[in-house]
Amino acid sequence: MKIKDTVHFQWYKNLFIVFIIAVCLIGSASVTDASFSEVFQNLDQMAAFLGKLAHPDFSYIPDLMMPMLKTLKMSALGTVIGVALAIPFSFLATTVATQNPIVTNIIRLLLNIIRTIPNLLLAAILVAVIGIGEATGVITISIFTFGLVSQLIYESIETIDYAPIEAAESVGANKIQTAVWSIWPQIVNNVASYFFYAFEINVRASTVLGYVGAGGIGVTLSASLGLFRYDRVSIIIISIFIVVLIVDALSEAIRRRLA
Amino acid sequence: MTKNQTKINKWIVIILVIALLWFCAYDIDWSSLAFFSWGSLKSTLISLMQPEWSFFYNGSSEDVFSLMLMTIGIAFIGTFIGTVLCLPFVLLASRNLWKNNTIIPRIGKFILDVLRSFPELVYAIIFIKVVGPGPFAGVLAIGVHQIGMLGKLFTEEMERMDEAPVEACHAVGANGIQTMFYARLPQLLPIYASLILNHFEIGVRSASTLGLVGAGGIGATLIFAIQGRRWSRVSIVLLSIIVTVFLLDLLTGYIRKKLR
Amino acid sequence: MIVFDHVSKTYDNGVKGLIDVNLTINDGDFVSIIGLSGAGKSTLLRAINRLNNITEGEITIDGASISKANKKQLRLIRRHIGLISQQFNLVKRSTVQKNILSGRLGYYSTFKSVFGLFSKEDYELCNQVLEKVGLLDKLHERCDNLSGGQQQRVSIARTLAQQANIILADEPVASLDPVTSREIMEELKNINETMGKTVIINIHSVELAKQFSTRIIALQDGRVVFDGNPDDLTHDVLTMIYKGNAFLNESEK
Repeated sequence: MKIKDTVHFQWYKNLFIVFIIAVCLIGSASVTDASFSEVFQNLDQMAAFLGKLAHPDFSYIPDLMMPMLKTLKMSALGTVIGVALAIPFSFLATTVATQNPIVTNIIRLLLNIIRTIPNLLLAAILVAVIGIGEATGVITISIFTFGLVSQLIYESIETIDYAPIEAAESVGANKIQTAVWSIWPQIVNNVASYFFYAFEINVRASTVLGYVGAGGIGVTLSASLGLFRYDRVSIIIISIFIVVLIVDALSEAIRRRLA
Repeated sequence: MTKNQTKINKWIVIILVIALLWFCAYDIDWSSLAFFSWGSLKSTLISLMQPEWSFFYNGSSEDVFSLMLMTIGIAFIGTFIGTVLCLPFVLLASRNLWKNNTIIPRIGKFILDVLRSFPELVYAIIFIKVVGPGPFAGVLAIGVHQIGMLGKLFTEEMERMDEAPVEACHAVGANGIQTMFYARLPQLLPIYASLILNHFEIGVRSASTLGLVGAGGIGATLIFAIQGRRWSRVSIVLLSIIVTVFLLDLLTGYIRKKLR
Repeated sequence: MIVFDHVSKTYDNGVKGLIDVNLTINDGDFVSIIGLSGAGKSTLLRAINRLNNITEGEITIDGASISKANKKQLRLIRRHIGLISQQFNLVKRSTVQKNILSGRLGYYSTFKSVFGLFSKEDYELCNQVLEKVGLLDKLHERCDNLSGGQQQRVSIARTLAQQANIILADEPVASLDPVTSREIMEELKNINETMGKTVIINIHSVELAKQFSTRIIALQDGRVVFDGNPDDLTHDVLTMIYKGNAFLNESEK
């Protein structure tokens, strides 16, 4: 009985996939000097380090309140600005609203480029251009949110019901009127949901934006690391975790009610 | 609720939101903007428009090309580790694998949430202290973060899947492991592969950032260029990152379509 | 032989699924179970291979109790009971061959099944049963490329590969068009007559039940209200079972 008659009849296909993955693995390992023996050798160092982290400096909490609050405010403001800017651009990015494929594709390309830049790099660049401080953080978050949310919004515009649009067109509404009265009401709930989704991501991200100087608790983190105060690093990490957890839970609850 | 009351409620919410935003904006330190000059922005933009092409590939291992390869490599192994290590957690965290026991899935999900919640940067910082600066720290940072991210997504798919073939396996007298291999995995593997590819792409983006703190890859080069105000160098690096992610997006998109 | 001995099932919320069911089903019977939705047909059928647990009484198959069996015994008994469902219960992305061979899983160790090491005899058995249902050319076809009727036939082939003595069918034709439904019923009847297998079917269509079964059991609110020949299933009896004339559309055609 030949193999081709059994359940393994596509063995060459599976082997090929395994081969490709193995090649990529070996290539990546050599390029990154990955060595697992090193992990195990340094396990005691990791233990020592984790030991230092295991004694968080709880007395530092009052000093963390302000930066944490600032971080949240930065995220909130940045998200609002980002979403506000994203809305008109998302409309331009779909043929549903513009009925002009050229404009749509150009805008989409622009949005894709903006979305590709990781927000920490964006922050680093903006800090160099604009300067250190929370304002830079807000601008970074706005741009990042703009890129993130615009794709979500234009994708949701493409899944809506066409009937109200046709109805609007048939009574002679122009594109802007159609957008406001036929498209917007259908996606308003989605936009609100994406707002909270972006807020969640931004809170997570903004905690580290300060690391490159863009304000918020990342600044404190960077400072404590620089001073080798790992007990403070530990309490900062814990408070970041708790805040992210709370924001996540709230955001999920609100998004579930919107869905 | 009457129509008027709903309308009043709506206005109250809107006013509250605006007040909240004003409160946020008021407190932010806008002083940095005072130092901003349009002139410097203009010269920066001009430099950005002239990427330093020679820096892209000059045969050394320090050029953008090699570093991008390293960055992709970091993301690849990191995602690989994340996938392999998240599987035991997925088995623990999926509700439909634990008939009457609700405690174990909750613990499993909690662990995955914890791993997910920390920004990769934090992991990178920790791992740099353990294995020293360099790409390997980045690999571990991405790996651990992906355990949480992929773990949560895999669990959601496992819980969402069709139980009918599972029932068929039970009816035939198959045990738990046989059911896993004959009923669950065939359904889940295509979806998992798609998620893994997606997160590999996200991983490449993260890997380019982690270099900022010394975890290898193109991030370090970028931060030096930014701090040195060498905008043409910044430009070529950014361009390479954008093009790489774009190409990867096409590649993974193509593979994911074939998985359907 | 399947024996229900004072079998009852009460759900956690107090709802009674089955009330004092006493039945004996002989080898080679072709039994149809009819009744309104929610009358307990599925509960009864799935209690036979213990996909549903019962709260009182005992079910024995060829003398061995299945309701009281331990894990190992359960596995052994289930090997000889085949199940066909309304939704075909196939792994859509797997090939026909793999789905049929999965019927033999009860006979294999975990190690061998994980690596797909089925015996030569089983591969030949797979070919034989596929030929019996007329789908030998679809051996390596993915199941989601088949029509509904073909998928159901693969399901039937799987129970044949199990070499099951008892075939349970839970609404096997509910998702199929009338012509295909008839084909599937004929397939089941064929297996019952030529191979002597016991076939127990849950079915909505009274007409199909009357035409193909040797025995009809009717359930109402968890109780057996009729158990006998299809010919004894008169209009009055049906009105009682279905609490009205809902069935008339079918049998008046």
